[in-house]
Amino acid sequence: MMTALDSGLRPTPPRPVPPVLEVRNLEVTYYTDLGRAKALDDVSFTLHAGEKLGMVGESGSGKSTLALAMMRMIKPPGRIEGGAVIVGGEDLQALDEDGMRHARLSRIAYIPQGAMNSLNPVTRIGAQMVDAIRAHSPRESRSAVEDRCRAALRSVDLSPDVFRMYAHELSGGMKQRVCIAIGILLSPAVIIADEPTSALDVITQRQVMETIDKVKDEINAAVILIGHDMGLMAQFVDKVGVMYAGRLVEISPVRAMFKTPLHPYSEALISSLPNLDNKGVFQGIPGLAPSLLRLPSGCAFHPRCQRAKAECSAVRPAVRTLESGRVVTCHLVDREP
Amino acid sequence: MSNLLELRNVSKVYQRGLVNTKATIALNTISLTLKEEEPTILTVAGESGSGKTTLAMLLLGFITPTTGEIIYKGRNITTLSPAERLAFRREVQAVFQDPFAVFNPFYTVDHLLTVPIKRFGLARTRKEARAKMDEALTAVGLRPEDVLGRFPHQLSGGQRQRINVARALLLKPRLLVADEPVSMVDASLRANILETLRNLQRDHGVSIIYITHDLTTAYHISKSIIVLYRGNVMEGGDVDSVIKTPQHPYTQLLVDSIPWPNLDQRWGEHAIMAREDVTASGGCPFRSRCAKAMPQCESRPPLYRLGPHHATACFLSVDHPEVEAEHLSQVLPT
Repeated sequence: MMTALDSGLRPTPPRPVPPVLEVRNLEVTYYTDLGRAKALDDVSFTLHAGEKLGMVGESGSGKSTLALAMMRMIKPPGRIEGGAVIVGGEDLQALDEDGMRHARLSRIAYIPQGAMNSLNPVTRIGAQMVDAIRAHSPRESRSAVEDRCRAALRSVDLSPDVFRMYAHELSGGMKQRVCIAIGILLSPAVIIADEPTSALDVITQRQVMETIDKVKDEINAAVILIGHDMGLMAQFVDKVGVMYAGRLVEISPVRAMFKTPLHPYSEALISSLPNLDNKGVFQGIPGLAPSLLRLPSGCAFHPRCQRAKAECSAVRPAVRTLESGRVVTCHLVDREP
Repeated sequence: MSNLLELRNVSKVYQRGLVNTKATIALNTISLTLKEEEPTILTVAGESGSGKTTLAMLLLGFITPTTGEIIYKGRNITTLSPAERLAFRREVQAVFQDPFAVFNPFYTVDHLLTVPIKRFGLARTRKEARAKMDEALTAVGLRPEDVLGRFPHQLSGGQRQRINVARALLLKPRLLVADEPVSMVDASLRANILETLRNLQRDHGVSIIYITHDLTTAYHISKSIIVLYRGNVMEGGDVDSVIKTPQHPYTQLLVDSIPWPNLDQRWGEHAIMAREDVTASGGCPFRSRCAKAMPQCESRPPLYRLGPHHATACFLSVDHPEVEAEHLSQVLPT
């Protein structure tokens, strides 16, 4: 808000392009019978147009909650407790319900986990796509809407004939690409894809990821890829965010992340990956992810961390941004590697 | 040396329609042998529609082969006596892909563990049963107090899948058919489940048929591998040769599509060609997607033996000696 006022008052020197997405101190709590679970705790990051961010973490680390919170789709007993999601300069959290309904799909699109199973089995693919556009621009002519749908199908490498088909006539990869086509119908600035390929085989996975990459370039959107497959992240994203127990523990460019992971948890995630050089070595991460209802004191990772110090169990580490722009939340890391 | 399991020219054909019958060959004359004395981990790899789940269903006796026979400890599994069938059910266990589908939502997850204990009389007292359950759950990295007494919807997919593995552990089987056991589980937990499976083979002498599309985990856990495409064996052998030096264009595409966590090893050297619906039978099933397809691919290529533990069904390897398809197991190390 401040910057908009400033620039209105006096000419400013050319500045770097502002990020298309800024998530600021987002917090989500689930109120359960057993207590309060903070599923998202002070999560902040920014993303530029055309950038791809991967969010990784174990199940229950808050990856999907993050996506839902950004879409304002958290359902009770969950509640967004604070924070801002700024897309193109406007805070989505401040919009009224109707404004948010319009923002979904047109400014921020979400491809949920298992999206391909959410297609309606008894209506044609085309009708479901038309529905999505109609909800946003009811006055657009029938033929114009259909043209947009067919163009979207073409851009995900599907035949426009898919428009007339039913979901059961398509393979898993094709259904997933239909969901991507629906996601990009209104050229959103941000696309969130939650494990878009978790049930697909490697060849189809590569096709789907190549499709996302291609449509991202076409509409110059920022992409958030949620998943737990570090291998896929290495092949696809520009930077990686690692979540643990609802907290963002590290954000680094993908190359730096794999070469010199800063947070011990990132390091453990990366070394648990199978590759061609460590056959038969199963290096899981010792211990279990903590329950959000009973989080350890201090740094939530300290009981599983092999380098934990006394400080780690007592004081919660602050989010630190290093000079290179890498973000890390760990007592052991206070400077660049 | 006796065979634990033997597949003799097994095919499975699904027929569709009454008048204009359309046949889909899900599995095309597969022969395999697992030796009783040498427990091994054999990977069956392939993409969706390759027939790998059909193979699992056949091995478990859920469906019967159209032609050929499946022999377990010398007996054809379609004609077992009730007592033998019960033993077969205990000794051949399964872990399925979808950790959501195997649970009855009306029961707590304990049900899945107590039923086999009762059915096979594994424990005399309730306390003993509980101890067995705790042991199996701990072995797969679960805290018993976290999962017992809960309903399936209260647990994550990874937790549910590990309960399935724990159930299989409980029964101390001879053969475990694991159909995509880790594809819906967190990457960080995969290592634990795979290690559990490997220990099962190493320490308890359980043979494992690991069915997957994920060649990374296959590479780490198994000794030998066969690659299926549309029900046909494309390549087989020891896992190092097949994954590091794949010879069949299909295996090359598969290996090339693995997202390795290595930034210097990029995806996509081989372009993906759209899968066409070939109805024409015979010939190499991969030829419509193969960049190196030749006229002779119209006829079905035999298996060529590239080395002691490596064979491929592709005319590009024509200068190598042929092996009979029935002797596929000879190239699979145990």
